[in-house]
This record gives sequence, structure tokens and C-alpha cells, in this order.
Amino acid sequence: MRGATHAKWAACAIAVALTAAACGGGSDSGGSGADGIVSSSWGDPQNPLEPANTNEVQGGKVLDMIFRGLKRYDPKTGEAKDMLAESIETKDSVNFTITVKPGWKFSNGEAVTARSFVDAWNYGAHLKNNQRNAYFFGYIDGYEQVHPEEGQPSAQTMSGLKVTGDRTFTVKLSQKFSTWPDTLGYAAFAPLPRAFFDDHDAWVAKPVGNGPYVVDSYARGSQMSLRRWDEYNGPDKAQNGGIDLKVYTDNNTAYTDLIAGNLDLVDDVPASQLKNVKADLGDRYINTPAGIIQTLAFPFYDKAWNTADGAKVRTGLSMAINRKQITDTIFQQTRTPAKDWTSPVLGEEGGFDPTLCGKACEYDPAEAKRLIAEGGGLPGGRITLTYNADTGSHKDWIDAVCNSIKNALGDDRACVGNPIGTFADFRNQITQSKMPGPFRAGWQMDYPLIQNFLQPLYYTNASSNDGKWSNKKFDDLVDKANAEADPATAVETFKEAEKVVRDEMAAIPLWYQNGSAGYSERVSNVALNPFSVPVYEEIKVN
Amino acid sequence: MGRYVIRRLLQMVPVFFGATLLIFLMVNVMGDPIAGLCGERQCDPATAAQLRKEFGLDKPVWQQYATYMGNVFTGDFGTAFNGQEVTELMGEAFPVTIRLTLVAIFFEIVIGIALGVVTGLRRGRPVDSGVLLLTLVVISVPTFVTGLLLQLLLGYKWDIIDPSVSTDARLDELIVPGLVLASVSLAYVTRLTRTSIAENSRADYVRTAKAKGLPRGRVIRKHLLRNSLIPVVTFIGTDIGALMGGAIVTERIFNIHGVGYQLYQGILRQNTQTVVGFVSVLVIVFLVANLLVDLLYAVLDPRIRYA
Repeated sequence: MRGATHAKWAACAIAVALTAAACGGGSDSGGSGADGIVSSSWGDPQNPLEPANTNEVQGGKVLDMIFRGLKRYDPKTGEAKDMLAESIETKDSVNFTITVKPGWKFSNGEAVTARSFVDAWNYGAHLKNNQRNAYFFGYIDGYEQVHPEEGQPSAQTMSGLKVTGDRTFTVKLSQKFSTWPDTLGYAAFAPLPRAFFDDHDAWVAKPVGNGPYVVDSYARGSQMSLRRWDEYNGPDKAQNGGIDLKVYTDNNTAYTDLIAGNLDLVDDVPASQLKNVKADLGDRYINTPAGIIQTLAFPFYDKAWNTADGAKVRTGLSMAINRKQITDTIFQQTRTPAKDWTSPVLGEEGGFDPTLCGKACEYDPAEAKRLIAEGGGLPGGRITLTYNADTGSHKDWIDAVCNSIKNALGDDRACVGNPIGTFADFRNQITQSKMPGPFRAGWQMDYPLIQNFLQPLYYTNASSNDGKWSNKKFDDLVDKANAEADPATAVETFKEAEKVVRDEMAAIPLWYQNGSAGYSERVSNVALNPFSVPVYEEIKVN
Repeated sequence: MGRYVIRRLLQMVPVFFGATLLIFLMVNVMGDPIAGLCGERQCDPATAAQLRKEFGLDKPVWQQYATYMGNVFTGDFGTAFNGQEVTELMGEAFPVTIRLTLVAIFFEIVIGIALGVVTGLRRGRPVDSGVLLLTLVVISVPTFVTGLLLQLLLGYKWDIIDPSVSTDARLDELIVPGLVLASVSLAYVTRLTRTSIAENSRADYVRTAKAKGLPRGRVIRKHLLRNSLIPVVTFIGTDIGALMGGAIVTERIFNIHGVGYQLYQGILRQNTQTVVGFVSVLVIVFLVANLLVDLLYAVLDPRIRYA
């Protein structure tokens, strides 16, 4: 009977092991009420956490908590409101005089002055600092000297920036841009303390800012603890004791942690769980519009796609896609069929127009077939939709779009998906103009302006004009809109430009993406801002 | 013995260079990683060129490899795209994965060998068939299914454990992930031990030992088990390397920030420095584990001599 004893012993080992795990379980809930700590899911920021170097949401979350800029986008409406700016004045849409409000401080005690901004912007723009967002300063006069397209910079600072007083500085732009002040809510324009320049490594290891939270500890790649800064005297003081951002490799794990009560907030509900989310969370699930639009772009550098009648083929393809069915079944209504090339978060006065695309974005298989035939048919008889397969369940919707096109055209060979292994490789092939057909394009706004949805994407040689579309009429209208002094007229002119995009179908708008989040019973007053980032400072711990 | 070890160590040198070169080339053919750093927009050419220069990507591949290897021997494994030193990443990731691997190996040895001995001695009995069937199930179900299922049942339905492992990755938190990671190997260890025991229990030396009147327990432990363990030790030895590098799935499910996590992220971001650095260390681990296994043979079986 020796053997049996062994078996028993092994069974006991497992039992003991499991109980030990049980003893080790139980999460660290950090108090309640105004001092309660909220734990939230996070991803490892791709680039070092500097304001002008962070171009994705994960790093953006932190910057949003520890920095306040001249402007701040209202978490509900997205409207750019003065934060540190006392006034931003201009007479000609080129020269701006900016006055900083008194009394603002960094959490290390240093006062926020005009110099804090000018130094930060000069740092962000300079080529040698490798800042991914440098082009944000591209409108400022003297940018070419500090960030030339080729060769070495010939200046250390931008000539368009001048400190004129302790709290005032002037900005000269290289072109007219009436809504430029509204771009200043973007994180890249945040002020920086001297500590950033004096001891850069220490600053990156533990960033210091002027926002409602301070970084308490930062273990790169795993966790960041932010705590409320009690001396913060801005209007948006934190309603909780702090935020613990925990890095999750897989959003499914984060979701399981949320429903098991180990995590308070998940701001990225995995697509596979959308079916269960109502049952699991009830009204603790939020699904609100965000400034993200998904489109299909075309390779206009390929002659087959750049024909005289090409607009008909592209419009036909747009009408062959059953947007409603795809957003309902695959995305469980976390995306809304697109009706223009902007986003609902802009609001109608901001330039969003649900009638702009009109019939060209409606599913109409018969008309689609007719238009494509009229335009000379699909180049090569079939289209290849290229996408990156590593994130964001793109495969599911690409296949659905393909099926929709095949069904509409009654041709089983009309469409095929072309997955690319990694995002980097996908971007690489796009940059090298190697797309064999239409490809996935997504745009998350940097600031809630209609300009941001059009100029970077469709202006000749713009940074995100991946299809290399070029249209003189569109470019002229954009230039005209930027020079317009009255914001309302500017918006109208931008909409005129957008109509050119529609008539040429420069890209097929697919759907607006919502931000979705779920939270635990421990917290309340959770909301997402138009950038789909949780409004952390307003979260209350019950 | 000493000469044997030295010979083996020397053999490792070309294997190490070959393996790292292959990995280096593989990551390289994936293309230019800089394009992925700027989100859905083209990096402005000046910044992209600057970044390429900083990461040494503007040089020909052979030169990149030579520089990289030169740096490695001075202990500099380069910098990841997020500005973190790769050695720093290793310092965080390897302790966690080593702990996880130890837990897994522990389960393999204790449960696997115990079950193997029991079934091997009772061939054809209900215990034997039961365990055989069970191992068949474990082998045929993919790890991610076992992992997700255990996570959902233990972590959510019955609330026995936390569904994810905390940053410290304490040993007690790693028990369930370790079990999941070990499950398939554990089944193999059971089956290997069972076959080996079953075969050797009919051997002459076992009969002799029994005839000498030795107690049954002593026969099993000293004579039967020791001789039967050679294939099992080989398997477990090579498994150490596989477990350390192959924990990507398990680490993802339980959110463990170990080697698998860093490799996964490195591959997604096409970060040559991270991927090659981690794989190089894994190659060394693999080689050393193999050497140790070979040396263990001599301990287990006195007939084996190295010269």
C-alpha cells in the first residue's frame, strides 16, 4: 500500500498549496471615502513619459493626472477651456500674447511661469531630444531651424517664442491659424519644471508636474501609484485619495480581476466580453462616444486606384458595407456607423454633421454594384484589405467588411483580407507606399477640432495622409479655414473641405468608436472624456 | 570529468553565437521598428532618422550584430524603446519567471514522479487507467484553456485566489499559475516514469534485490526508482528552458510580468534589443540545464562515466 500513501501525499500537497494561495488572496483595499485609493487597469507606455514624447493613451492617462496646461478640454463637452491661461490674445491669428494665471505651482514647490512653458516647448520641438510629438510645435515660427527635415538644427530655440514677463509670453506662428489656442490642451503643450532639465533621468523615473496628482511610486512596466496632491489649488481637485495604475498584458485578465473585485476600473473592455458585460456589471458599464473614427484608406500612389472614375468605385465600395450590421453584431454597439469624416464628440457647432456623407455611407447593394461597374470595376477584379493582426480584433471586422462587399457585389472573389503580423511592420509598409489595396486607417483626435480630423489626414503630404491623397481644392479650403478669424466661419469652411473628401471618397468612413469602461461597486461618478480616458479626479470611493 | 565539462562548455560557444545570430536576423527581417513608434501617423523623417541613429538601426545588419555582441560582453544589453535598460528589464523579469519555473518544476517532480511510481507499480489496475486517462485529458487540452478555466473557477466563481498575480509575484500567488504551466509536462513526467518503472520492475537486479530480502520500500527507492529516473531527468532538464521561455501564455493569463511578458511586448514592438537580450539569456539557461542533466546521469547511474 506504499504507492497509495504516495498518492495521498501528493493530493495533500495540492490541497495545502491551494489553501496557501487562498490565505495569500484578498486585495489591498486602500481605505474609503475621500481618501480611498482607486485601482485602475493600465498598459505599459510605449515611449518615455515626457509630455512631448507621449502619443498613446496609456502614457496620456498619467500626463492627464499630473499636468495641467494652458487649456483643458472639458471632460464632458470636449470644449477647450482656460486652465492656466489667464488670456490668449491675438489680432491677426498669427501673433498671440499669452498670460499665465498667477499662483500655480509644480508639486516640488516651483512656480509655473511663462518660462516653464517656453522652455518646455523649445525642448519638445528640438530635434536632438527625439520627441515623438515634436511636429505639434510645427506651426510656431522658427520650428524649421530647430527641427529641420534633414541635417543638423541651426538654432537652439524657436524664434517665434519670446518670454516678455514673468507670466507673459508671445507666440508667433508661421501661418495663420485662428483656432490654434484650442490645440493647447494637448499634453505636449504642458509646462515643465526646472527639475526636468536639471536632472532628466530622475525626472523620468518619477515625473513631477502641476496637476491634481503626484507620482508616489513608479515601478516601470508594472505599476504606478499616484496620490492626491493636497496643495493643488486648481478648480479640479481630486475627489479620491489616489489612483493605482496596474499594468495588464491582457485586457481579459483585467476584466476578470474587475468582476472578481480586485480592480476598480477597466477602461478597455475586451471585445469578447461585450456580450456578458451587461450581465456582469449592469449599470456599472459605460459606453460613450470618443473622438475616434475608423476608415478605410486607399493607395492613391497606385495607378489602378487613382483613375478618373475612381471616386465612383470608392463610393460604390462604401455603399457595399453594411455598417449597422457590423457594429451591432461584432462590436455590440460600442461603435456607431459613421455619417461623416469627423466625430460626434465635436458637436454640431464644432463641425460634426450627421448628414454630410448622406447616401454614400448608406448600405445599398444595388447602387454599389452599379457605381462600381460604372467606375470600371474593382482594380484587378478584387480588393485586398490590409490590416495589422496583433491588436484590436481587427481581423473580425475586416472579414465582416469583406463578406459584406462580397455579398453586395454577388462575387465570392471580390474581397480578401491581408493580415500583417505587427503594427510596426504594418506602419512600415504603409510608409513605404506598399499597400496592395485599401487598408485600415484609424484616427484618434489630438484635440477636439474639426481641423484635426481633416488636415493631418487628407492635406497634401500631411503626416497621416497614408494614402497620399492630394486635392488642390481641399488644400485651398483648409488654408482658407485656418486663416478665418471667426471660429464659426472656419468650421463652415472646413465642412466645405470635408465635402470634397466625400465627393472624391478619399477614404471610406466606417464607424465612430466609443470609449467603454467598467467599474466596481467600490467607486462611483466614473466617466470617460472625449479621448476615452477616465476622468480620474472625479471618481468617488464609496 | 573535468575535461568533459570543459569540452562541453567550449561546445556552447558556437551554439550561443549561432542562436543569437539567428534571433537577431529574425527580428531584423520583421522590418523597421521605428514606424510603429509614432501611432497612426508617419514619424517625421528627422525624428525617425535620429531615433534610428540612437538605436543603431542605420548601420548594416552585420555591423549591428557585431556592436551588439561587443556590448553584451561588457554587460550592456542596450535600451528598450521606452528608455529602460534591458538589463533592468531582465532584473525585474527573470526573478519572477525563475520563481514560476521553480514552482512548476516542483509540481512536476513531486506529483509527476509520485503518480508515475504508483501507476507503474500497479499496471492495469483502476488507479493506473484512471491516471492514464487523466494525463491524456491534460495533454490534449491546450494550456490557455486550463489556465483560463482555473482562473475563472478559482479566481471568480469560488473566490479562492486572486485572478491575477500582483507585482511582487509572491510564491503563494504563483501556485496556480505554476500548476497550469506544469500541467502538460507533469502529465508527460507521469507517463515517462510509469513506463520506465514498469519496464525496470521486471529487471534482474530488482528480482535480486527482492530475493536478498530487502524491504519493498528500499527496493523501490534505491534500486528501481534510481534506475528509472534517467529519461525523466532528461525530460525535466530540457523542460526548464522550455518553461522559462514558453511561459508567455500562462504569464499573459495571470498577468505575471516575467520573461514571457517582456518577450511578447518586445516582439510586438519589434524591439531587437529586448528580444535578443532575453533570448540570449534563455539560450544560456538551456545550455547549462542540459549540461547539468548530463552530469546528473553519472550520479543516478554509476555505470555512466565521463572522461
